[in-house]
Amino acid sequence: MTDANAAAAPSRSRNFIKTLEIDTRLLGMVGAFVVVCIVFNVMTDGRFLTPRNIFNLTIQTVSVAIMATGMVFVIVTRHIDLSVGSLLATCSAMMAMTQTSFLPAMGLDFGNPLIAPVAILVGLLTGAVIGGFQGWLVGYLSIPAFIVTLGGLLVWRNVAWYLTNGQTIGPLDETYQLFGGIGGTLGTTGSWILAVIGVVVTCIAVWSARRARIRHEFPVKPVWAEIALMAVGAVLILGFVAVLNAYEVPSRVLDRQFEAAGQSMPEGYSEGYGVPYSVLLLIAVAVVMTVVARKTRLGRYIFATGGNPDAAELSGINTRLLTVKVFAIMGVLCALAGLVASARLSFHSNDIGTLDELRVIAAAVIGGTALAGGVGTIYGAILGALIMQSLQSGMAMVGVDAPFQNIIVGGVLVLAVLVDIIYRRKTGAT
Amino acid sequence: MTDRSDTPLVEMRDISISFGGIKAVDHVSVDLYPGEVVGLLGHNGAGKSTLIKCLSGAYRQDSGDILINGKKVEIANPRDARDHNIETIYQTLALADNLDAASNLFLGRELVTALGFVDDSAMEAETRRIMGRLNPNFRKFAAPVKALSGGQRQSVAIARAVYFQARILIMDEPTAALGPQETQMVAELIQELKKDGLGIFLIDHDVHQVKRLCDRAAVMKNGELVGLVKVDDVTTDDLLGMIIAGKKPQHLAA
Ligand SMILES: Nc1ncnc2c1ncn2[C@@H]1O[C@H](COP(=O)(O)OP(=O)(O)O)[C@@H](O)[C@H]1O
Ligand SMILES: [Mg+2]
Repeated sequence: MTDANAAAAPSRSRNFIKTLEIDTRLLGMVGAFVVVCIVFNVMTDGRFLTPRNIFNLTIQTVSVAIMATGMVFVIVTRHIDLSVGSLLATCSAMMAMTQTSFLPAMGLDFGNPLIAPVAILVGLLTGAVIGGFQGWLVGYLSIPAFIVTLGGLLVWRNVAWYLTNGQTIGPLDETYQLFGGIGGTLGTTGSWILAVIGVVVTCIAVWSARRARIRHEFPVKPVWAEIALMAVGAVLILGFVAVLNAYEVPSRVLDRQFEAAGQSMPEGYSEGYGVPYSVLLLIAVAVVMTVVARKTRLGRYIFATGGNPDAAELSGINTRLLTVKVFAIMGVLCALAGLVASARLSFHSNDIGTLDELRVIAAAVIGGTALAGGVGTIYGAILGALIMQSLQSGMAMVGVDAPFQNIIVGGVLVLAVLVDIIYRRKTGAT
Repeated sequence: MTDRSDTPLVEMRDISISFGGIKAVDHVSVDLYPGEVVGLLGHNGAGKSTLIKCLSGAYRQDSGDILINGKKVEIANPRDARDHNIETIYQTLALADNLDAASNLFLGRELVTALGFVDDSAMEAETRRIMGRLNPNFRKFAAPVKALSGGQRQSVAIARAVYFQARILIMDEPTAALGPQETQMVAELIQELKKDGLGIFLIDHDVHQVKRLCDRAAVMKNGELVGLVKVDDVTTDDLLGMIIAGKKPQHLAA
């Protein structure tokens, strides 16, 4: 009797999670993230969870998170890309040289509105071509990705060096710098509008998925579960925006702005930063990559190839071309990450993106991407990047010595994979 | 059932293929008529899988011709084979373990919405429809196929062939990993598909099963064709003799 009762309680909570159809792995990652945040917040006497720190944490995460979404595809297809940090540097160098040297030589002066878009386009093209080339070496010439991108790690780092003669290139174009984070934000009103749009889209997405299932007469979750899902989404979106809006622009910065406009600042005037454009870019990347993964043939083939390359091939999928596409996507994302990283610094530096390959791979793996291939999620990789960045900046705030910071991050990576292996074994999941 | 007056559905003429000096298939000719099941027998390594892989587009023969409905065709890849309505159920089940039944059934031929996105609910609906016919007990539509039993996986692979209206079906040891009940299910399915007029190549180890399910049997040894016989003309012992000794039985030898 007592046995039966003891068994009933956990099974009820498991049923609850099952009804909501929440990924337990996601729940675990969110749990880990919350624990990290709370521990650091206690250790820093509440300085960790201030709007200011959350804002900084967010913009520091963007560059690695953008690349991590692409690394998911690479690892899912059973490859690896060790060259992302170096590729970021080459793309950043190309974008910096385009705006400070190539375009001015063609008659486009500093400050011309065409400079930023052209430079960014050149960067994206560079990333796509180099990524695609590496993918071709892997897919068509059958050189292991580990070797191709290990070579790339050296090659592209030094191509970047060569392009810039090893010099720091800057200051970069003003419009370009808007993607850096604090230098370009939506402001409070814009951010609230964005939040409302986000909430509406979330609700529509949940509801239309339900409608599609009803149309085909599949079983659906109870209505309360759907509404709970929408509510959680809404609270997260609104809460996140509220925090970013709560981080106020320092009054001396506002003072200067009013002065520049020839006015004086009204008494008690204040303004919040709101959502940075770089975060907007990450959100856009996350949405596009998730749609590609779940709703396109390309995504279906990426996961099928990772699950069973022979089956994919026999089903008529061109797995070689697929490899080229996956690495080209990775290259484009390196360029976007290079845009955010150099814009944040306001210049291109020779060591930009150094060791990012490790952070990116770690983010993807901590986010639940299986190195054996076939399994991984975009949101998981972004959460993984956030967890890594929180650890790193939290330890810096607490005053952990630099060597120990890296030792702990390395240890956490290995531990995360171990936990994942145990989780998979327990649940029998792939 | 078998209509012998027509041209054969498939004719493989004088097929040879070798891998680095090893003649995996050595001048083998077999044919297949609509509504007929032809069994392929032979030891491990006899060349059965290699022969049918030339038909399914996984390999390209070094020499020899393939004719479909009497017309010579080039089958360079699995896509070409599909265009000729040839479907294959591979020995090592060609399923992506991490995807669900519907994604596997439609792999490479996804249904898409007007905007070009994969239409998961439509594919699941079609999968439910066809599985309702082939394997009414099948329930695990949302789970990755890794979670399925051997028989359930096999029914997904068979559903793929049936759904896309194969006219030529190749089954490479479809019951090797199955229990007796599931084997029976596959056997019944073969009978049903045969009635629909499909031509089926069935590779199997079990001579009793071949005798029960097939109209004719081709026996291979060391890449060569030992003989192509009507199963009603031979006993299981005759078939075993052909497999082991590589000789046609006395009463049939020309
Ligand atoms: N891709 C390949 N590369 C090299 N040898 C192969 C390949 N495929 C098959 N073989 C060889 O061809 C012969 C026939 O194999 P197979 O057709 O698989 O036999 P069966 O299906 O009758 O057991 C074997 O000797 C096998 O080792
Ligand atoms: Mg075989």
